[in-house]
Amino acid sequence: MNFSHEMIEKNSALMIVLIILVVAVGGLVEIVPLYFQKSTTTPVAGLKPYTPVQLLGRDIYVREGCYNCHSQMIRPFRAETERYGHYSVAGEFVYDHPFQWGSKRTGPDLQRVGGKYSDDWHRTHLNNPRDLVPESNMPGYPWLAKTAARSDDIETKMRALRSVGVPYSDADISGAAKQLAGKTEQDALVAYLQVLGTALKGVK
Amino acid sequence: MSDFTGGFWSLYISIITIASIIACGVLLQALSTRKVSGSDGETTGHAWDEDLVELNNPLPRWWIWLFYITIVFSLVYLVLYPGLGTFGGTYQWTSKKQYEDEVAQASKLTGPIFEKYAKTELKQLAADPAAMALGQKLFLNNCAQCHSSDARGGKGYPNLTDAEWLYGGDPETIKTTIAKGRNGVMPPWGAVLGDDGVKDVAHYVMSLNGNTFDSLRAARGKEKFMTTCVACHGADGKGNPAIGSANLTKTTLLFGADEPTLMETISKGRNVAMPAQLDLLGEARVHILAAYVWGLSNNPGATAPAKNGAK
Repeated sequence: MNFSHEMIEKNSALMIVLIILVVAVGGLVEIVPLYFQKSTTTPVAGLKPYTPVQLLGRDIYVREGCYNCHSQMIRPFRAETERYGHYSVAGEFVYDHPFQWGSKRTGPDLQRVGGKYSDDWHRTHLNNPRDLVPESNMPGYPWLAKTAARSDDIETKMRALRSVGVPYSDADISGAAKQLAGKTEQDALVAYLQVLGTALKGVK
Repeated sequence: MSDFTGGFWSLYISIITIASIIACGVLLQALSTRKVSGSDGETTGHAWDEDLVELNNPLPRWWIWLFYITIVFSLVYLVLYPGLGTFGGTYQWTSKKQYEDEVAQASKLTGPIFEKYAKTELKQLAADPAAMALGQKLFLNNCAQCHSSDARGGKGYPNLTDAEWLYGGDPETIKTTIAKGRNGVMPPWGAVLGDDGVKDVAHYVMSLNGNTFDSLRAARGKEKFMTTCVACHGADGKGNPAIGSANLTKTTLLFGADEPTLMETISKGRNVAMPAQLDLLGEARVHILAAYVWGLSNNPGATAPAKNGAK
């Protein structure tokens, strides 16, 4: 075979093509087919797009960096399902752009925290976690209760999400700002936390 | 039944995977045919620092053989495990099945224990130390976040160690509370009563629970109580466990029985939720927890004499 180091090393265009080819194999096999799989592109039964209030709560979740300490991904191990509930499935995240799986658990997983505690519990806990869990090292977020929910850009956000496939209707979008009126950021975050993982709740 | 939207994708994955493995083999083959040249052999053609040159030798043999082994490993893997599109491998392994096996294996161990406890009557179960050790662990993992690790609760979260119950303290009622949850709503009366009215009613409530109170205000408050509060809390203020309204003749109120707290409760109302646990924990664990919680405020030894399953 007429093939040598020299041939590749002295021809940078060929080298670039070969490198791209080698690097692309993993993505072509592991990532591209995910866009053509039913389990990753179809929502699970009962999954609804976030309401404007929940959506804003999600943005606050991202802004405050909750994903740094909390995952939203229950792995299919008994030790995890005993504590958190049914393991996560791909169809639960089709309306999440981007998903909040996280990669580190300093705090517990939040995938199925929805309905686990009362709204009041979340409010007290967000203001000062140690009021409820004395050994907690989670920081308090007391300003969320004092900050009004921002509603001027919610319609833009919802339109952006619609363009990537979240089924918001025109009526959903035009009524969004009204739903946020009078809400605090804490209200929004609690609404988001309370809906997390509820689509698959009780499925064993 | 394939998860893919079309048959193409299975083929697509298989072809790229196999082709890339073959390409690795061909590359290795090409690089290992060259013979090791002596010190005067072929160089890469570069010279550095006047006379430094690099011999154009093949990769070391041991390294090439390690690479061949990884290729063999990957082929064996692709036969045994899913990797080539819809081909499930001869083991038919899935993460779901592995999980279910793990759960089934654990259930074999824990199942009989839970089954035995589930059949035991609640009061009797509360007298079984082994069951209650389990109950305590369940409590610490699932209940302590609100009711605190000593079960004494806190402001807005009921103390489970005293004899006061909003919905009733018999074992079956406790079990219903844990399984189905509770949602206690007291509507806000600030707008109806006005600031002064709220204070009057608060003083009347304080007269019921033995606190020091202003008798003039209490007298005015009683009138308002008899029209506004009586429907839920009763004429005697003792509440109604059927709807979970508080017994106002005690100082063990959920949020506190002092004047400022009472005024806040009356004017703004309260919304207290105990989340349902049955979905997450399942019947057997709820059963044990109910016995544990009942045992916290009762003396199980007295009601269920020594017949527990001591080991």
